[in-house]
Amino acid sequence: MTKRVGIEISQAIGEAVKLANIDVVASYPITPQTHIVEHIAELVADGELDAAYIAVESEHSAMSACLGASAVGARAFTASAGQGLELMHEVLYVASSMRLPVVMAVTNRALSSPLSVWGDHSDAMAVRDTGWIQIFTENGQEVVDNVLCAFRIGEDQRVLLPVMIHLDGFHLSHMIEPIYMPEQSEVDKFIPPYQHPLPLNPDKPITMGAFGPPFIYSETKKAQEVNLTAAKEVILQCWKEFASIFKRYYHPVETYHSEGAKVLLLTMGSFSETAMIAIDTMRKEGKNVGLVKLRLWRPFPFYEIRQAVSHAEVLIVLDRALSFGGPAGPVCSEIKAALYNEDKKPKIISFVGGLGGRDITPDGFGEIIDRGIEISRTGSQQEFEMYGVRG
Amino acid sequence: MIDTTLIEIRWHGRGGQGAVTSAELLAKAAINEGKYAHAFPSFGPERRGAPVLAFVRISSQQSIKIRAEITQPDIVVVLDPGLLRIVNVTSGLKTNGMVIINTKKQAEQLRQEFNINHLLVTIDATSIARQILGVPITNTTMVGALIRATGVVKLESLFDPLSHRFGHLAERNIDAMKKAYQETVVKE
Repeated sequence: MTKRVGIEISQAIGEAVKLANIDVVASYPITPQTHIVEHIAELVADGELDAAYIAVESEHSAMSACLGASAVGARAFTASAGQGLELMHEVLYVASSMRLPVVMAVTNRALSSPLSVWGDHSDAMAVRDTGWIQIFTENGQEVVDNVLCAFRIGEDQRVLLPVMIHLDGFHLSHMIEPIYMPEQSEVDKFIPPYQHPLPLNPDKPITMGAFGPPFIYSETKKAQEVNLTAAKEVILQCWKEFASIFKRYYHPVETYHSEGAKVLLLTMGSFSETAMIAIDTMRKEGKNVGLVKLRLWRPFPFYEIRQAVSHAEVLIVLDRALSFGGPAGPVCSEIKAALYNEDKKPKIISFVGGLGGRDITPDGFGEIIDRGIEISRTGSQQEFEMYGVRG
Repeated sequence: MIDTTLIEIRWHGRGGQGAVTSAELLAKAAINEGKYAHAFPSFGPERRGAPVLAFVRISSQQSIKIRAEITQPDIVVVLDPGLLRIVNVTSGLKTNGMVIINTKKQAEQLRQEFNINHLLVTIDATSIARQILGVPITNTTMVGALIRATGVVKLESLFDPLSHRFGHLAERNIDAMKKAYQETVVKE
């Protein structure tokens, strides 16, 4: 029987990592780090989790240590956030191109300056192109479930890629809420042991991350692209099997009252739940609106997005990050790109909001939707609008 | 009366007084009763002594989707009477809402001094905490007062979360909570 417990989501991630029986965790435990690694440190110190806890000197080293661990065939995990994620940036590319299935929980936070530890998606957008599988979550249950899925997906011999599970800073990381924690026996069945097909081993020496001169570099990058794109099938299979065991369902793109809706709002992360309240209210008022939630960020779910929005007249995209001087919020830019060549597509309106921990209330989502509908009729001189900003 | 479909509680304390812990314990108790609940702090790098907020939402009907900070609470709990001079604790409090204050003063005196028009509950939590815990940390004491005044959860539902949180100090904290539960005065 699964247990329903009231637990802080960061701690629940620690419990999920324990259930996944990791071998190595490396972390730099200072702000903007969260309780995730603090709780794992407790579990290791108390003898509840038999893993090596490597306290490194920076986030750059945390990811480097995870790479080494993963390369010898150990199951490795770390967590990061905000500026910390930026510091490990260059090593993230190495993890994906060396095909090392490290799992990382990323508590999404704003970037300096001004100094902010509060939540938005700036850090996630900055690591968009690092070649990691990336999944966004809305609540604690989704975080726990997808951390478990991450090990299975990443370590699948057809995939062998690192996986980031994104959770909103504070709105998820610091929230205590009810979560169903799976049983160890169920998890043991769900996540098979990690076996890298060609690990580092002094008895059978190999080279990882060798020079890639011009005659081969492009081919390695093509292989990486083919590999990441093909990972989607494995992700879908994993979620399907997860649902058959745990009765909770995950999809690359999820919808809420979107069937037949003329106006759609698209969100990512924990704000989706608040947006659902706004959709309920507006539908009661007779407005034909619905919600589309993007869960799988990489590999990007082109087919599912096109299916989900093709019938709509207006699609309003809310980004929690800015692409300075760019065409729209970063998520909106990708949605536009995914739909541009389609014959039937909605008008797309871009909003940026919820930066640096600024709340958007259900009424706020109502305002965004109403304003989006207005812009779709009147047009706008701006490429995007920032919601709720002064000045 | 308070709408029981979703009860929103805002805690006012100072960094180090345990407002966040109060919120956490209450949410865990509600969850253990099979209810939906969540708790979270006012987000940020709080310092010891600075005014802080913590929030709890409880619903026996449905899962809680809103994650914004609580601006229109049903219940406000004030751990530190000194905050009344620097923070408008009843800001946004619903007209039928309730404010529960740790104070040595009489309710009527507080009403006049700080122009409080809501249902007011008072408890001398600092004295109870000093007497039973030996320190003026009023978080568990104020949970007792809150339960007496509102009945949002059963007193017994706190025993398990308190034991997990405080280990060998749990018993004394439970005693402090019970004493506050007994001594809390609810007046219209």
